[in-house]
Amino acid sequence: MAKIASFVLILLGAPLALAASEPAATQPAAAGAEQPAPVRWETWHAGNAVTDTASLQRGARNFMNYCIGCHSLKYMRYQRMADDLQIPTSVLDANLVAPGSSNLDYIETSMPDADMVNWFGKSAPDLSLIARSRSADYLYRFMKTFYSAPSRGTRSENLAYPSTAMPAVLSDLEGVKAAVYREVKGSSAGAATTESVFDHFETISPGNLTPEQFDGFVRDTVNFLDYVGDPAQVERRSIGLWVVLFLLLLSALALMLKKEYWKDVH
Amino acid sequence: MAPEAAGKPGYRGAARGGLWGWINQRLPVDVFWRSQLSEYYAPKNFNVWYFFGSLALLMLVMQLVTGIFLTMFYKAGASTSFESVEFIMREVPYGWLIRYLHSTGASAFFLVVYLHMYRALLYGSYKAPRELLWLFGMIIYLSLMAEAFLGYVLPWGNMSFWAATVIVNLFGTIPGIGPGLVEWIRGDYGIADATLNRFFSLHVVAVPLVLLLLVALHLVALHEVGSNNPDGVEIKDKKDARGRPLDGIPFHPYYTVKDIFAVCVFLTLFAIVVFFVPTFGDLFMEKANFEPANPLSTPDPISPSWYFTPYYAILRAVPDQRIGALLMLIAVVSFFFLPWLDRSPVKSMRYRGWISKSFLAAFTISFLVLMYLGMQPAQEPYVTMARIFAVPYFAYFWLMPFYSRIDPVKPVPERVTFHG
Amino acid sequence: MTEAGAIVDHQQPEIDESRRKFLTVATGATATVGVVIAAVPFVASWAPSERAKALGAPVEVDLSKLQVGQMITPSWRLKPIYIVRRDPSMVDKLPQHDDQLKDAKSKDSIQPDYARNEMRARRADVLVLIGICTHLGCLPKQFFDAGDPVLGADWPGGFRCPCHGSRFDLAGRVFKGSPASTNLVVPPYTFSGQNTLVIGSDDAAKQGAT
Repeated sequence: MAKIASFVLILLGAPLALAASEPAATQPAAAGAEQPAPVRWETWHAGNAVTDTASLQRGARNFMNYCIGCHSLKYMRYQRMADDLQIPTSVLDANLVAPGSSNLDYIETSMPDADMVNWFGKSAPDLSLIARSRSADYLYRFMKTFYSAPSRGTRSENLAYPSTAMPAVLSDLEGVKAAVYREVKGSSAGAATTESVFDHFETISPGNLTPEQFDGFVRDTVNFLDYVGDPAQVERRSIGLWVVLFLLLLSALALMLKKEYWKDVH
Repeated sequence: MAPEAAGKPGYRGAARGGLWGWINQRLPVDVFWRSQLSEYYAPKNFNVWYFFGSLALLMLVMQLVTGIFLTMFYKAGASTSFESVEFIMREVPYGWLIRYLHSTGASAFFLVVYLHMYRALLYGSYKAPRELLWLFGMIIYLSLMAEAFLGYVLPWGNMSFWAATVIVNLFGTIPGIGPGLVEWIRGDYGIADATLNRFFSLHVVAVPLVLLLLVALHLVALHEVGSNNPDGVEIKDKKDARGRPLDGIPFHPYYTVKDIFAVCVFLTLFAIVVFFVPTFGDLFMEKANFEPANPLSTPDPISPSWYFTPYYAILRAVPDQRIGALLMLIAVVSFFFLPWLDRSPVKSMRYRGWISKSFLAAFTISFLVLMYLGMQPAQEPYVTMARIFAVPYFAYFWLMPFYSRIDPVKPVPERVTFHG
Repeated sequence: MTEAGAIVDHQQPEIDESRRKFLTVATGATATVGVVIAAVPFVASWAPSERAKALGAPVEVDLSKLQVGQMITPSWRLKPIYIVRRDPSMVDKLPQHDDQLKDAKSKDSIQPDYARNEMRARRADVLVLIGICTHLGCLPKQFFDAGDPVLGADWPGGFRCPCHGSRFDLAGRVFKGSPASTNLVVPPYTFSGQNTLVIGSDDAAKQGAT
C-alpha cells in the first residue's frame, strides 16, 4: 500500500513539476541564416551489450525503482533474473523483490489495472517482450524524448511515441526539457509549404543526474529490458560458436570422404 | 559375398543365414536397399542444384522432430498459446533452442523448396515422363504453404491473429459461398479460440500426414522414371551390356556421400542463423508477433512471411478484391501447367535459345522483386512496381507455348557433360 | 574414360581402401558424436521445467495448532505429506515392537540421515512422512489409537493402507506381513522456528531445537 502511495506521489509529482516550470511547449526557433542541423533523434542507437552484467544489474535496479510501479515483467522470475545477472540472493531479497512476493514468483506490478485505466486511460503494458516487439533502439529513443507539454493531462509528450499515456516519470533524474521546433520551407504538389520540424531540446530545469549520467541510466535500463526479452541470448551465442565450429570440422571430413569416393567417377 | 542369382535380386539377402536372412525372408529390406540405393542409378553430372531435394527431406525431418517436442509443451487456446510459447522459451530446458530450430526450419524449408523447384525450371525436369512427379511436387508445395500458414497462427501473436484474419477473409471472395465458408473455417464470428484449436490439429496431425504421403509418392514417382540432369539427356537411353546406364552411377555410395557433405554445409549455415540471428532482421520472426493477439489493433505495416510475399504483392496490386484474389491463385497454380505449356523440344536451359533464357531470367527477377515488394507497405511506388513486375511473372508461363516453340535451340549432346 | 563408362570397377588398383575406410570411420564417428550432442537438448527438455521446480519449492507449514494425535496433510511436490504430533509415550513405545517390523533400523528405507533413527524424525514430537504406501502408491489411513478393534489388541498405533493392507507404526515403519517392503519415505525437512516446519529443505542453519 505504501509502495503504491509513494509511486502515485512520484507520478503526480512529475507533471506538477513540469507544470510549475516555465510554460515552454513548442516554440518556433527564430528564422536565422546559419543554423546547426536538427537533432536526428530517430537515428539514436541504444548501443547496449547484454554481456555487460554490471550494466544489466544497474538496469534491474533502475527498473525496480522506477518502472515496477506500473509495469510488470510477467514472464520473468526474480530468481532467474538474479541467477543470470549474478545478483546474490541476499541483495535480491533486500532490494529487488517486491514485498509479499517470493524469489520464485514472476515479476508483477502491484498497481491494479483498474486504477491505471482510471488515471491514465489505459493500463501500462507488460514489458517482458517490449525489446523484441519494438527494439532496444526504440526504447532508448522513447525514454530520452519526453518533453514538456502543459496542454496534456500528463503535462508531457514524447517524440518516439506521440500522445503516449505515460508520464515523464524520470523527470526528477533527467530534468524537464522543452522541444524546440523550426519552420522548414518545402513544397508539395507545386505549392510552397512551411512545416514545423523538431530541431532540438532545451533544458527547462535540470534533474539530479547530469546528461551523461542520465544517458547511462537509460542505456542500462534498455539493456536490462533487452535481456528480459530474450534471457537465453548470451547462452545461445556461446553454444552457437561451438556448434558452428563442430559443423565446420564435420563438413571438412565429409568433403574429404566425398572426394575420396568420387575418384571412382570419370 | 554370394553373387546374386540372375533374376532374383533379393536372393542374396534372403539366402543369408542368421537374423538378416530371417528378416529378409519376411520383409524385403535387402531388395529395397539395392533397388533404391546401392543399385539405383542416378546421372553422374548432378550439380549444386541437385542438393535441394535431400535437403528438403532433411528439413521435413527437422520440422517433424522439433514440432513433436514443441507440442509437448505448447498449450493451444486463445488464453494460453502466447504464454505457453514464452514458457517454452524461458522455462523449458533448451526450449528456446527447439523453438528457434522450428521457426528457422520453416523459412529454411521454403528456401530449399524454392531452389529445388527452380532446378526443375532450369533443366526441364517437369517435362515428360516426369509430369506426375512435378504435380506431386506442386501439391507438396501447396500443402507446405498451408502448413506454414497454420503454424504461424499458433503462437497467437498479433501478426498470427491478423494473418489468420486476412487469409481466411480471402475465402470470402469466392462468389456465393464466400461469407458462409469464412464463418465455417473460423468456427466463430471472428478469428477466435475455435479457429486456433482446429488450426492446431490440422498443423500437427492432418497436414503432416498428407505431406508424408505426398513425399513418399513423390519419391516413388521419381524412382519410376529416374532423375533428370543438367544436360536434360535421358541416361536410360544408353546402357551397357549389363543394363546399367552408361552415364549413371549408383546412388549409394556416391550420392549418399555427396549429400552428407551438402547436409553438413547446410547445417553449418542453418546453425549460424539459429544461434546468432534467429529473427533474421524481421524476416523469420516478425516484431509484431512478440505482442499478444489484439483484435482491436492491426499491426502497421502488415505482411505475411517472406515466402508468401510474391503472391501477396500480386494480390495487393489489383484494386479489386475478387480479381486480386483470383490473380493470386492463378499465380500459384500456373506452375501446375508447366509440363504442358512448355513446347520446347529441349529440356535443359543449357541448350535452349536466348528467348527461353530471357523469359526465365525475367521471371526470376520478377519473383524476387515481387517478394521484396510484398514486404513493403501498401503505398506508392510499391503498388505500381508490383503491377509492372507481375507482367514478366505471368508472361513466363502463359506465353511459353509460343516462345518455347520459336526459341532457337542448340543441339543436345548424346551423353552428359561431366568433368571428373 | 573407358567404353564401359563411369561404372565403378572395384578391381581398379588405384582405390586406397584403407584411406576410404579411415575417412568413413572418422566422418561417421564425428557425425555420431554430433547426433548424440544434438539429442541432449531434446532429452533435457523433458526435465522438470522452471515452473515445475518453482511449484516444487519448499513449503512452510504452521504447526502451532497441531494437537497430540492429530495429523495434517499439506502437499509438497504433488505428494501428500503426513505430519503427526506425537507425545513422548507414543515415541517411547516404538522400540517395543521392533521384532514385528521388516526394517526396524530403516536400513533399506528412504529417509534423510537425520531421520535414520528409532523415531525417524528430527524431533520426537513431530513425525513427517510422505503419505504414499511403499507398496503400490495408495494413501495409508491413520489408526493412531492403540488397541484398535479391527487391527488387534496389541496394535501400537500407526497407519494401515486400504488397498492391500500394509501396516506402518507411528514412525512409518512397515510391519511384517505387509505387502510393502520398506518404511514410509521421510522427505527432507527442517524447522525454521519452534512451530514452523519447512518441507523440502534440509538447511541446517534453520534447524530448530531437537
